[in-house]
Amino acid sequence: MMVTPEGWEAVIGLEIHVQLNTATKMFCGCPVSFGDVPNTNVCPLCLGHPGTLPAMNEKAIEYATRIGLALNCTISPHSIFHRKNYFYPGLPKGYQISQYDLPLAVDGHLDVELEDGSILRVGVTRAHLEDDAAKLVHAGGVDGRIAGADYSMVDFNRGGTPLVEIVSEPEIHTPEQARAYLTQLKSLLEALEVSDVNMEEGSLRCDANISVHRPGTPFGTRTELKNMNSFRFLQRGLEAEIERQISALERGEEIVQETVHFDTGSGKVSTLRSKEEAHDYRYFPEPDMVPIELSAEYVEKVRAGLPELPAARKERYMRDYGLSPYDAGVLSANRPLAAFFERLSTQTGEAKLAANWVMGDFSGYLNAQGLEVKDSAVSVEALAELLGLLAAGTLSGKMAKDVFAAMVETGKGAPELVAERGLGQISDTGELETMVSELIAANPGPAEEYRQGRDRVLGFFVGQIMKQTRGQANPQLLNELLRKALAGSSPDN
Amino acid sequence: MISRSEVEHVARLARLRFEEQEIALLQQELSSIIDYINQLQELDLTGVPATAHAVNVVNIFRLDEPRACLTQEEALANAPATERGHFLVPRMG
Amino acid sequence: MMLDSHSLTAHECRRLLAVGEATSEEITAALLDRVKAVEGRVGAFLQVDEEGALAQARAVDAKRPEERSPWEGVPIAVKDILCTRGVETTCGSRILKGYIPPYDATVVRLLKEAGLVILGKLNMDEFAMGSSTENSAYQVTRNPWDLERVPGGSSGGSAAAVAAGEAPWSLGSDTGGSIRQPASLCGVVGMKPTYGAVSRWGLIAFASSLDQVGPFARTVQDVAALLDLIGRRDPNDQTSLGLPTPIAVPRGESLAGRRFGIIKEYLGDTIQPGVRRIFEQAVEALEALGGRCCEVSLPSVERGLAAYYIIAPAECSANLARFDGVRYGHRAHKAETLHEMYTRTRSEGFGPEVKRRIMIGTYALSSGYYDAYYAQAQRTRTLIIRDFQKAFAEVDLLISPTSPTVAFRLGERTADPLTMYLSDLCTIPVNLAGLPGLSLPAGFADGLPVGLQIIGPHFSEQMMLDAAYALEQRLQVSTRPPLDVTPAKEVG
Repeated sequence: MMVTPEGWEAVIGLEIHVQLNTATKMFCGCPVSFGDVPNTNVCPLCLGHPGTLPAMNEKAIEYATRIGLALNCTISPHSIFHRKNYFYPGLPKGYQISQYDLPLAVDGHLDVELEDGSILRVGVTRAHLEDDAAKLVHAGGVDGRIAGADYSMVDFNRGGTPLVEIVSEPEIHTPEQARAYLTQLKSLLEALEVSDVNMEEGSLRCDANISVHRPGTPFGTRTELKNMNSFRFLQRGLEAEIERQISALERGEEIVQETVHFDTGSGKVSTLRSKEEAHDYRYFPEPDMVPIELSAEYVEKVRAGLPELPAARKERYMRDYGLSPYDAGVLSANRPLAAFFERLSTQTGEAKLAANWVMGDFSGYLNAQGLEVKDSAVSVEALAELLGLLAAGTLSGKMAKDVFAAMVETGKGAPELVAERGLGQISDTGELETMVSELIAANPGPAEEYRQGRDRVLGFFVGQIMKQTRGQANPQLLNELLRKALAGSSPDN
Repeated sequence: MISRSEVEHVARLARLRFEEQEIALLQQELSSIIDYINQLQELDLTGVPATAHAVNVVNIFRLDEPRACLTQEEALANAPATERGHFLVPRMG
Repeated sequence: MMLDSHSLTAHECRRLLAVGEATSEEITAALLDRVKAVEGRVGAFLQVDEEGALAQARAVDAKRPEERSPWEGVPIAVKDILCTRGVETTCGSRILKGYIPPYDATVVRLLKEAGLVILGKLNMDEFAMGSSTENSAYQVTRNPWDLERVPGGSSGGSAAAVAAGEAPWSLGSDTGGSIRQPASLCGVVGMKPTYGAVSRWGLIAFASSLDQVGPFARTVQDVAALLDLIGRRDPNDQTSLGLPTPIAVPRGESLAGRRFGIIKEYLGDTIQPGVRRIFEQAVEALEALGGRCCEVSLPSVERGLAAYYIIAPAECSANLARFDGVRYGHRAHKAETLHEMYTRTRSEGFGPEVKRRIMIGTYALSSGYYDAYYAQAQRTRTLIIRDFQKAFAEVDLLISPTSPTVAFRLGERTADPLTMYLSDLCTIPVNLAGLPGLSLPAGFADGLPVGLQIIGPHFSEQMMLDAAYALEQRLQVSTRPPLDVTPAKEVG
């Protein structure tokens, strides 16, 4: 429901920061890499030494253009940088070089597919470039928070990494929608190969602006929820803040414009009420950077070079593999999974089967063990072998699942395991026919009941054969043979 | 005359602090400079574009190729306080 | 032979080295002797690197002449606003006391690659903010022509060292006149190139859209040669273009056909009568050389000072935010919180003029004021650029007095900031338009130097230097101040 029973509607805007995976930082040639010894990927520029000047990374421009195009934005023909001034230890120059009123990309949208299948078009106001701040560690206090820390330590390795900030219109109305937006945006960015988009690592960061109002009235005062580092955090944080605002308004209180903090432990939102004043960023055009004027040719070149985006891939899966919209959607959303599916489909020649298995058992296995596709113990080739046995009728569906589990556990291939365990569906018609006729002959009573119309008696015969074959009889074949034999049989045969 | 509270606000933004005896003189000096620069308000410049750059140049880019960095020792060489390879600053709270 | 420090122009040093009449070590030693003789009175240097300079000189001397590049072995000194790797660089401020840059400014690297011997770092107004060098946190520099007077600023040390014969040439920087005005007050040649002609990488920033590095020397030919050495495009500075062509040493002495525009707005009451007289004599000299002089009006330049005192402080308020005690430079002791550390560090480390400008700049950019101040100043800047463009459609070069007055007394203008700011009346609009400007010694008023300013269109440095040279040869103005002269050093 977008409007609560009391008549309130939440209005949410999301600001997402994407760390680009260029080789070097935005304004200097220091490598972008993580987990290195502190203060070793630094130079006079990203340390903010006097006399240094920024030098714009052309790859960052290209990546930002890709993002803008994928979000259906207009790429500005003339864009410039601005200085955003504030004091922070992680900001060595005392200002960030960002973009203000002439950003690289404007007026786009993301069509978000919601759970009920409907599409929510969320406007993207802008996407712009800026450099990242350095990392601070707060020491001497409790759990690394600023409050209570004795001192802070700064590592400038991360400082200067290129960021693209994507700002949505306030056209999201529920935490679920927000989560869907973020999920699909992440998937889009992944497809563009511009970032690792890993929320835990910080290459994808999300801030939200939230307010509530009664539809038809002006927007309420908004608060900001910052640095949510997981999808769950985002959703729960939004839920908590919306509830807090509604409760406050119902009590006749006013909402104060401020940053709120969501505590994942307690699930509660608290207002900081600190003396932290609103920043006056004193934006002015960056005199050390010349303007960027991307030609139509350049933009077209970037557009032509875009990798296949999830929406297009989904269409292709529906068209070429005959997958349902739902299946196509699930498979196309995650690039590594999509790639795995396509290879599996090619190797087995069975798109539907491959789709079911990738979405089902294979994904189940990855999720249960918290693995990425690339870390799977079961390769495409191995799974293709298994599916081959299934398609040939050597294994029943249930048996194939068991074999898969064994493959995961032992790392062995399907044929080996089937041989080892004497699995291998009995699909030999002759063999089964013999068993069937022997069984029928031994059970004239139930056979007659079946012929009299009691269909359920078939189950008895199936069960007997299954017991005899230890579950390895091919169920469809068995069924077929039994029916034929029972129908066609008579005390005379 | 720029007010005292305005002087204090601007000083806070700039992370500067003035002694009591300095503030009165500062108010005076800043006011006289502000009065002088205020003369630009007399000009009607609607339609005149702003010049941000004296050179008329666009699209200067650098290739995305790594260059040699400083060593940690070099990076920290001028630092007033360090710990375990990090720059140290007093608590923010 | 005798090495008289004043005769040691860069060209003369080069000649002596080329013909083997003196070694680099001898020349360097002679200059270091001069430094020792006069520094107690002039105070141009913040740091003299005697050992290092002599070592560099010896290394040059060890090379065979055919192995040396043209200017190799000629000494020079640089303003302490330029980062020199491994050598303390203070920018005239306490906040950078002890700061050792881990890199060389591009212009310093170019000097080193050309084999010049760097004598030391020169005094300046703190963070280039000032017109008298009295804002240096370290010491006063005195005008070699009258030790009770200022050398001008902010490149006071760079001008005084050259005027006093302590160095043949030097590098300074100019944001609103900080090369031209001290050149005028000290009776030497100084040039601010077109914005973008010289790299700003390693030039500690004051106002990024106005700053440029430039040469000082006692002769126009030396200034031309030094400009040629440093006017290179630099990928580290994306606003740099470099000089489009090499600068040829000026030799011609005729100005036939050259049209000069006298800026009307710079002939008013603000110009001292003595300065005015010298300027008029210079105009006559130009005409005698074949030049044609007429008056042109650039009405917007009268708003230049106001626009400058919004734009420069605004940019500097951001450029100086990096001086926060975190990574280098001064840090206040025993600060308990970050906020306290920032505030005390900056308040202790910056001098009063710097703080004033940071305050003005922060104010002009602050919420609600941007459009009325910063944006309005940038629009005014456009008007000034247009006025210059219109003028250059009529004339080749513009001329004016460089400074409204001759050198004023130490302490004379320190009580009122605005009075000090007026020293740059004639020079500021040139920076706002990004144009090249130079000051040439034109004569004396009451025994004190008067400079002529020449302004040209973008990248017209060659034409300007050619005109300056012709005038210099005609006027024959002395560049030797009456400082007690040490006995010339015997060498060879």
